[in-house]
Amino acid sequence: MVKYVIKRILLSVFILFGVSVILYFLVRLMPVSYIENQYYASHPNVGSDEDLRRVLELYGLHDNSFLGICKGYLKWLFAFVQGDMGKSFKYNMQVEDIIFKNMGISFAISLVSMILQLIIAIPLGIKCAVNQYGKLDYTATVLSMIGMSFPTFFFASLVIKVFAVELGWFETGGLVTATMPVDATWWQRTTDVLWHLVLPMVVLVILSIGGMMRYTRTNTLEVLNADYIRTARAKGLSESKVIYKHVFRNTLIPLVTTLAGTIPGLFGGAMITETVFAIPGIGQIAYAALREGDIPFVMGYNMFIAMLTVLGILLADVMYAVVDPRVKLGK
Amino acid sequence: MEENKNLYDPENTPEQAEITAEEQDDLHGENLTDRVKVLSPGMVVAKRFFRSRLSMIGLATLIILFLFSFVGPLFSPWGEEEPDKSTSKDLVSYPAIRYEYEDGTEYKAFDITITKSDVNIKGDITWRHWLGTDEQGYDIFTRLMYGGRISLTIGFVVVILQTALGVVLGGLAGYFGKWVDQLIMRIVDVLYCIPSLPIMLILSSLLDALEEIGLVLPKQRLYYLMAMLCLIGWSGTARLVRGQILSLREQEFMLAAKCSGLSVGRKIFKHLLPNVLPQLIVSMTLGLGSTILTEATLGYLGLGAPLGTATWGAMINYATKAEYMSDYLNFWVPPGICITLAILAFNFVGDGLRDAFDPKMKR
Repeated sequence: MVKYVIKRILLSVFILFGVSVILYFLVRLMPVSYIENQYYASHPNVGSDEDLRRVLELYGLHDNSFLGICKGYLKWLFAFVQGDMGKSFKYNMQVEDIIFKNMGISFAISLVSMILQLIIAIPLGIKCAVNQYGKLDYTATVLSMIGMSFPTFFFASLVIKVFAVELGWFETGGLVTATMPVDATWWQRTTDVLWHLVLPMVVLVILSIGGMMRYTRTNTLEVLNADYIRTARAKGLSESKVIYKHVFRNTLIPLVTTLAGTIPGLFGGAMITETVFAIPGIGQIAYAALREGDIPFVMGYNMFIAMLTVLGILLADVMYAVVDPRVKLGK
Repeated sequence: MEENKNLYDPENTPEQAEITAEEQDDLHGENLTDRVKVLSPGMVVAKRFFRSRLSMIGLATLIILFLFSFVGPLFSPWGEEEPDKSTSKDLVSYPAIRYEYEDGTEYKAFDITITKSDVNIKGDITWRHWLGTDEQGYDIFTRLMYGGRISLTIGFVVVILQTALGVVLGGLAGYFGKWVDQLIMRIVDVLYCIPSLPIMLILSSLLDALEEIGLVLPKQRLYYLMAMLCLIGWSGTARLVRGQILSLREQEFMLAAKCSGLSVGRKIFKHLLPNVLPQLIVSMTLGLGSTILTEATLGYLGLGAPLGTATWGAMINYATKAEYMSDYLNFWVPPGICITLAILAFNFVGDGLRDAFDPKMKR
C-alpha cells in the first residue's frame, strides 16, 4: 500500500507538471494582460510602445516568442516549487495569501451545503431504492433530474428575482447589508452575513442534490441484489435491520470515493454562484482575475485546484481500500 | 458475453416465445418460426426503452424542441436579425432614488430619462411578438428558435467529434496497452486535472484576441468554439472505452477471434467496439446535455457565440444586467427554460437508455 501511494504521488507530480505547462502557455497567450490594460488606463494619451515594453520587461512579460515563454515558465516553475506563487498583479499581494484569505467564506458555503446535501440525499436515495418504481421514487427521480438540469446561472438568477427582488425576503447579493449601522453588535453582523448566505446555499444544495441522490439509489439497488442481503433476510432479520445495518453500510462504500472527489469544489469555491450572488469568495476573485488577465493569480489558482483534484483522486483510491477490505491496492 | 446471456433468456423476456399448450397441438405441419416471435437483442432494448414513461417524455420534448428550432423559423414573420421598425417608441425610465433626512423622513426622487427610438425596442408581449422584442427590437420568440438551432447543433457536433476522438484514442490505449496506454492515459489524466471552467474562459478570450487581429473571422468563431469543447471533452469517453476494452480483451470470444487470425482492425471494429456501444450511446446522450450546458455557461458569461448571433446561452446573458434581470423577464427566462428543458430531456433519454441496455434490469 505504501509503495502504491508513493507511486501514485510520483505520478501526480508528473500530471501536475503537464497541467502547469499547458496552463502557463495558454495564460501567456491570453490577449488581456492586466499590466497592459493598466498601462493604457494610466497613460491614456502619452503611452508609447517603448514605455510599455519597459513596463512589461519589469514583469518578465515582454518576450512573447516561444523561447521567451519557456524562460518565463521555468522561472515560474522554480518559484512555485519553492512555495512561491508570485505576486498578483491585480490585488498586489502574494497569490497564496489571497487564496487562503478568501477561501474561508467559499469553504463555509460549500461545506454547509455539502452537509445539507448529504443529510437529504443519502436517506432519500436509499428510500427510493427500497421502494423502487414507487410513487416516492418517481417523484424524487423527476425532481432530482430537474435540479440536475438547471444551469447554475439561470437558477440563481431566478431565485434572486423571486425571493430577493419580488418578495424582498433576502438580499440580492453581497455579504453585508449596506445600511448596517457602524455600532452594530457582533451578533447582528453574524446573522446578517448568514442571512445573505441562505440563497446561495439553497441554490448549491438544490443543484447538486440530484446527482448524489441518483448515485446513492443506484448503489443501494446494487447492494440490495447482493447475496449477503439475501442471507441476512434468510436468517430472519427484520426488514429494518436489513436495510439500516446491512444495506446502509455497504452503500456508503462508493460514496466515500465521491466525497473525495468533491475536495476541489469544497476549497476552490463556486465560480458562477459566487459571481451571480456577488459573494467575495475565492471563486469570484478568480473569475475577476481570469477576465482581467492577472497571470500569477490565474496560474496559482488553477494549480491550486489541480493539486486538490489530484489529491482527491488519490484519497478516493486509498479511502476505497480502507473502507472496503475486499479491495486490494497494488500492481 | 456473459452480460448478453440474459437477453436471450426466455424467463426474462416472455415476449420471445408465447406459445400455450393448445397452440402446441396446432403446430403440427407448420413451421415453428412462423408462430414464434423472435426478438433480437436490439429489439428487446428498444422495447424496454419505449416502455419507460420518462424516456418517452424526454424523447417527445426533444422532438418538439427540434421542430421548434429547425422548422419554426419558416413560419415566423420575423428574421433572426430583423428589427421591428413598424412602430417607433419613446422609452421612459424613472428609477427611484430614496433619500433619508436626519429627522427620519423619507423622500423619493425620480430620475426621468426619455430615449427616442425609431425601432420598437423592448416591446411588450403582443400578438405580433409572442415574447416581446429585445434591446435591438428583434423578436425574442423568433430568436429563441434560431438560438435553438445553434445550441442543439453545437451539442450534436461536439458530442459526435469528441466521441470519435475518445473511441479512437481510448481504443488504442486499451487494445495495445504498454507505452501507448501509458502515453494516452497520462494525457487523459492531465486533461482531467485542468479546471474546466477557467480553461474555457482562457480559451475564449484567446479567441477574442485572434478575432481582433483578424486570424479568426467572427463567422468561424462557432467552429473554433466547437473544436475547443471537443478537445476538452474527449478524455471521459477515452477513459470509458479503454476500461471496457481492457476487460473485453481478456474474454473468450477475443481469444477465438485471435485464433481465427483476424486482422487488428477487424478485431477492434467488429468485435470490441460493438460491445462498448451501449455505454457509448448512454454517455453520448448525457454528454449532449452537458455540452449544451457548457455552451450556455459561456454564453451567459458573454464568451460564447459571436455578437448578434442568437444562441440560448447568449440570450440568457441579459440576466447579468440588473436592469434586465428584474424588469424584463421575457428577455432571459424563455431561453433559460429552453436550455433546462433540453438538458432535462437528454438526461431522461440517457437514463432510459441506460436502464434499457442494462441486462441485469428485470422488468
